[in-house]
Formats: sequence, structure tokens, C-alpha cells
Amino acid sequence: MLLYRAQRCAAVLAIVALLGACSPAERRADLGSEQGVLHWGNASEPQSLDPHIANGVPEQKILSALFEGLVGKDPQTLAPIPAGASHWQVSDDGLRYRFFLRPQARWSNGDAVTAEDYRWAWWRALQPQLGNPFATLLFVIAGAQQYWQQQHGDFDQVGIRVLDRLTLEVELAHPSEHFLQLLDMPTLYPLHRASIERHGNPSARASRWTHPGNLVSNGPFRLRQWQINRRITVEKNPHYWEAQSVALNQIVFYPTENITTEERLFRAGQLHYSYDVPVDKLRYYQRYHPEQLSLAPYLGSYFYRFNTRRPELADARVRRALAMAIDRQLITEQVLRAGQLPAFAMTPPNTAGYYPPATAPQQLRFDPAAARALLAAAGYPNGEGLPSLEILYNTQEEHRKVAVAIQQMWKQHLNVDATLHNQEWKVYLDTERRGDYQIARASWIGDYVDARNFLEIWLCASDNNRTGWCDPEFDRILLEALPRANSTAQRHQLLQQAEQRLLDGLPLLPIYTYTSKHLIHPDLRGYSANLLNQPLFKRLWLQPHNELGDE
Amino acid sequence: MNSALLRMIAGRLASAALLLLLVAAVTFALIHAAPGGPFASDRAVSAEVEAALNAQYRLDQPLPAQFFAYLGQALQGNFGPSYRYPGRTVSELIIAGLPATLELACYALLLALLIGIVAGSLAARRPGSAADQLSMGLALLGICLPAFVLGPLLVLVFGVYLEWLPVSGWGELAGDKWLPTVTLAAGYCAYIARLTRAGLCQQLSQPYIITARSKGLSELAIIVHHALRGALLPVVAYLGPACAGLIAGSFVVETIFQIPGIGRFYIQAAFNRDYTLIMALTLFFAALIIFFNLLADLVALWLDPRQREALS
Repeated sequence: MLLYRAQRCAAVLAIVALLGACSPAERRADLGSEQGVLHWGNASEPQSLDPHIANGVPEQKILSALFEGLVGKDPQTLAPIPAGASHWQVSDDGLRYRFFLRPQARWSNGDAVTAEDYRWAWWRALQPQLGNPFATLLFVIAGAQQYWQQQHGDFDQVGIRVLDRLTLEVELAHPSEHFLQLLDMPTLYPLHRASIERHGNPSARASRWTHPGNLVSNGPFRLRQWQINRRITVEKNPHYWEAQSVALNQIVFYPTENITTEERLFRAGQLHYSYDVPVDKLRYYQRYHPEQLSLAPYLGSYFYRFNTRRPELADARVRRALAMAIDRQLITEQVLRAGQLPAFAMTPPNTAGYYPPATAPQQLRFDPAAARALLAAAGYPNGEGLPSLEILYNTQEEHRKVAVAIQQMWKQHLNVDATLHNQEWKVYLDTERRGDYQIARASWIGDYVDARNFLEIWLCASDNNRTGWCDPEFDRILLEALPRANSTAQRHQLLQQAEQRLLDGLPLLPIYTYTSKHLIHPDLRGYSANLLNQPLFKRLWLQPHNELGDE
Repeated sequence: MNSALLRMIAGRLASAALLLLLVAAVTFALIHAAPGGPFASDRAVSAEVEAALNAQYRLDQPLPAQFFAYLGQALQGNFGPSYRYPGRTVSELIIAGLPATLELACYALLLALLIGIVAGSLAARRPGSAADQLSMGLALLGICLPAFVLGPLLVLVFGVYLEWLPVSGWGELAGDKWLPTVTLAAGYCAYIARLTRAGLCQQLSQPYIITARSKGLSELAIIVHHALRGALLPVVAYLGPACAGLIAGSFVVETIFQIPGIGRFYIQAAFNRDYTLIMALTLFFAALIIFFNLLADLVALWLDPRQREALS
């Protein structure tokens, strides 16, 4: 009998425990708002926190909290603002930059940040065994490309000179309008040499210097905790030169791979910021919580690559016909619905003041009759005789939806049959790289705000071209004429000429310009969307309010 | 008898080693046959970078040489560096993820046993009654509903609408272990309920139960003290594969609830072509399945005198 009673008691206790856990779930974001702890959805577990190894956007976000380059970017306009350097001078020919470092700048361990820290970090960035995917960004510096290609082994020949403890001079290979923008990218951050060398060979990838307790950084925050696949916590760096104006005490980055789960986390009050928003939730937020939804233009192009080595796509008229038979507005407004802009060129409009050729929207307008005429002129009247086309894309619902829409448009307007073929990401990359496709989905996100960054992938020798299209005149404009341009107007004119040649050759089918989509908690202040989707963490703050304003 | 048992265990261990070698070889061949390497990315890396990376990870050597070098290292307990996460070793990643996976599996197993045995017993008390049909109907539902449907469904109801429980995480917020545990346990719980019911129905028709009833024992006492012991033999036999399945099969639940366990690493490793991590985790799961099967056989041997006799 005693046993039965004990069993019954245990059952009752178990139920009580269950109910106890079922009290309303704690809202982490509300608590965070009170304590100055920002909870940030950050897409994936960072590959590394080594600025010379990490190459993804999520890593870049964390690194921008931990480190600071010579020059930063205004969070709204992206114009250069003083950061590690308090000011700088540029020579008249635009080739020589002299940066004056802040005397009060400190590493998170209290050491002073010196010009040598920058020079050493840039030396490290150019060590091939590190596999730095962004080392090419340094090629704008005189002698850097030759050093990288091991034409000479003397780093003193690279145009980086330490004039004194707090003055760094950089000599460029050619005048560059975007050089100041690069200084805010992880590859050009300074590094703390002693703390890296303490963990072995500084050029070894497998070093442990980025682990908590080892990582020394110079930004507004320092690394506190890294729980793999769980969270990364950074805390305010008391040694930061502007520490008194940094409002947040901590930022917690979560690897929210699954965007559906991330949206649920946001709705349950666990995040202040979501990395993305599922397409099928956009309408809900637009209708019920427009104040929580941030949709803003993003410096990225979504397009299809045409494999011009394939006989059926070798004729530019066929490619143009395919490009003119799609209704981009229908795709952006009915299929994607997140404010994306229909694209008629490679470069997004207003990229640092640059606009693609004004004739582009007319050239690639949605005009089924003209498209049919072009197809007929190429020898395929009413699509007859044209082999079936295949659209290759990496497995993702959004890509499938766009491909289905385009498939239907080609069938309806051109009587051209297309099939869809999805592949897992790495398989798709391999297929595309081998050129084993006809038409492949692609995108390009700008590293910095400059049209050249979008056009240079179409150079004949570029590994990112992958279409077989090669125009020597296009190469000449970008590689020879552009570096010699002596005014912004002339530069934009040359870029437009190059882009016009690209649109004449048409190895790509521009579809739309990206938007960034985020859910923002009402407590999060100081956030402004910008083209690079790059927040300035030191300017963010949290203002608690009691009413979340949800359902 | 003892020497026969030892011979059997030694034989099983030898075949397990061979099996693991085979698993290693097949996995190695398959991951290298899959298109796209660990360093492939949307923006092309230059030839210099690719060569430097391949040399650093010995990917420029012929495949058999790579395989035997890997085996040599693995036998010494070194499973190599992760390709995806430089600065971390594979062992470090597995050790980081294992506690969450094991904990999840333990809770799910306990919950499955608790609910499964109770539901099965209730159903077996009066076969054909409403209680029987309800619990067996629910069990069928539990077996049929995959975790990727049940998980989000529970999250929507208990996490988003009722706001009773956190929608994801593990050990971070009060009550965040409930939904993943229930999701993972559901299928096993249903299976255990059906096994219990079948075993109990069989036992309840045995002459010794009739004797017990004629002595005036209550139905509950008969089930708990007499019938259940015999009825649970099939459940015990099922526990071996269930344990292996719970640990190796939790990756769906880990992904839905963002649990930092090894299942999630396994999925990420496959997508990232993190060769060393895939190899180590595959071998780990294979060893686990082999171990639990051996354990289940030994338990069966211990419980069943007929099998012991056959062995000797």
C-alpha cells in the first residue's frame, strides 16, 4: 500500500513540476532592454573570428563589434567617418594617404594601438597559407598584388609605411575612390601581434588566438563567451577610446540558421533583431506590425547567368529575347513581395552616386512582341527549333518561385520550354564552376559601395564570370582606362560605358535588386538601415518600454 | 558458460572493428565523391589560395594516402582539425555538442518509457474499451507524425499562441527542454505503448494471473506486481536500438529547436563538406549503434535462460 501512495505522490509531483514549467515564458528581449543586453539573430555559427579567415556576413557583423578599422562608415549614409584614425590626409594625385591614429586608442588588454599593428595585420592578410578570401582587397595598395603573387618576398616594397608610432602612410597602386571604404572591412582591421604569436605561427589557420580569453581586439566590444552553436557574447570594452558613449553593455549573437524558428523566437520576445524574415510572414508584419518590419534597399543583384558556350545560347539575340520576355515587376510584386526593385542592369541604381546606363530599362523592357521578333531573327520563329532550356538553382524556396515564374513567362510569351533543376549548394557551385549548365541562378552582394565591384566579375579572366563571355573592350575600360580617370564624373562615364558593353553582350539576365529584411524590436534604438546592411553597434541603444504591441 | 560468453563478446567486437573500418572506407569514398569541396564558395577563391588550403589540409595528396593517414591519426584518437571551423578540432566540437544530445536522448527515453508503459497498461486493462482505442489511436498518431511536423506544431501551440514554453534553445530559459523532449519522445513513446499493450494482453491471459485474480488482488496490483514484469521483456529488447536511435536520430529535433548538439553539427558538416567532422561523427554514430545492439543482446541473454543454454 505504501508503494502505491509513493507512486501516486510521484505522479502528482511530476504534474506539478510540469505545470510549474508552464508559466508564461520569460521574454529575454524585455529583460535585455532593461540590462542593456542586445539579443541579435545572426544566421549561422561563425566559421572563425579571425578577420583574415572569416568570409561570411554573420562573421562580419560580430567582427565589426570587436574590431575597428582606420576609417568607419556613417550608419546612414555610409560616408567615411573617423574611427581608429582621428583624421587623414590625401595627396593631390590621390595616391598617398596619411592616417593619424588616436593617441588614446587601446586594445582590449590596455595596450596602445599603434601604426605598426596595422602594418603587421596587413602583412598577415597577405600570407597565402592563411587562405584569406579577401586578400585581393589589398591589391589597391602599391606592390601588394606582386607580394601576394610572390613576385617579390620583400614586404617593405609594399606601399605601407609606419612614419611614427601613430602615423601610417599608404601608397596606392592607382587612385581609388573606394579605398577609404575598404578600411572598415575585416581584412584591413589591425591585429594585436603579441597575443596572436603567443598561440603559435601567426599564418596558421588552426591557431587558437580567437578563442575567449585569447582574443585581443580594439573595437567597442570584447569577446566574453563563445558557446559553439549556442551563442557568442561580447561585452563593452572598457579600454575603447569612446567607451563612455557606448550604450550597450553586451550583445549576444545567436546562430539562427532556421529563419522560421528565428521568426518564432522574435515573436516570442527572445530577440531584438532578426537576421531575415520568411517570405510568407511578410504580409503578416506589413499588415499588423509594420513598425517592427524593416525593408530597405540592399547592395546586391539577383540575376541569371547564361552559359554563352552553349550553342543554343551563343547568339546574343536569343539571350536578349529571353531577357525581354520576363515581367520583372510581376516577379517582385507578386512573387517576392518584399520591396525588391526590378533590375535591368548589373549594378544597383545609385551605387555611390553611379547609375547604370539610362537606356538599360528600355533595352531589357518587358516586351513579348519584340522578344518574339528577336527569337525569330535568331532562327527560332515561335520558339521552334530551340532546344529545351534548363534553369539551374540552389535548393531554396525563393529561388524556385522565381524560376517557376520565369519558366511560365518564357512558355507563354516565347513558346520556349524550360525545365527547373535544383541542386544542393555545394553541388550547384561545382556544376556552375565547371560550366555544366545552360542558365544558372546567381547573385552578387557588394563588398563596398562601388560599381566596379559589380562589373569586375565579368572580366574575361575573372573566376566569377563563369559564362564564357569575354569582351576585350570591356576589360580594357575597367583595367586600363578606369584607373586613370581623374574625376568622379569621368569615372562614372567609363563605368557606364563598360556596363553598356555588358548589356550589349548580355551574358546575364538581370532580375532584381535585393532588399534587406529584418524584424526590429521596438526597444532597439539608433538603428538605421543602409545599403550594406551594416549596423554600427556602438551607436545602438535599448530603451525599455512596457508595451510590446503584439497580438 | 563464461568462456562461451567471452568468446561471443570477443567475436562481436572483432566484427564491430571490421564494420567500423568498412563504414570509414565507404564514408570517405562517398564524401570525396560528392561534388564541391570544403573551400568552395560563391565567390571564387584564387588558385593560390586554393592550393595553399589544399596543401595545408593534405587534400592535394592521392585519396588512398589521405585515407590511411586519416586512419592512422584516428587510431591515436586524433580526428583532425575541422575544415569549416579553423582553430577547432573535431573532437572539441563533438565534446561541445555531446552533452546536449545525450541529455535530450535521456529525457526523451524516460518520458517515452513513462508515458508508453502507463498508456499501454491502461489500454491492456480492457482491450477494446474507449481507453484502449484512445491510447492506441494516439500511439498510431505518434508513430505516424514525423518530428518535423510535430515539433513546429507544438511550438506554434505551446510556444507562440499559449506562450507557455520557449520556442527554442536548450537549458537557457525555464522550460525550454519540454518541447524538444516531447517531440523526440513521441514516436518512441507510441511504440513502447503498443509493445506494452501487446505484452500485457498476452500475460493477462496466463493461468498465474487467473490465480492472482481468484485470490482477490486488485487489477492494479495484478498489473504492476505480476503481469508487467513479463510483459516488459519486448520493451527491454527494444531499448537498445531505441537508445541508439534517440542519440543518432535527434538531428531533426536539434535543428527545429536550435539545440547545440552533435546532430546539428552532423547536418552542418554535410552541407559544409567538413570532411573530418563527417567522418568522425559517422564513426561515432556507427560505434554507438553497434554498442547498443551488443548491449541489447547481452541483456536479452541475461533475461532469457533459453538463449543462454543455446550459447553454451
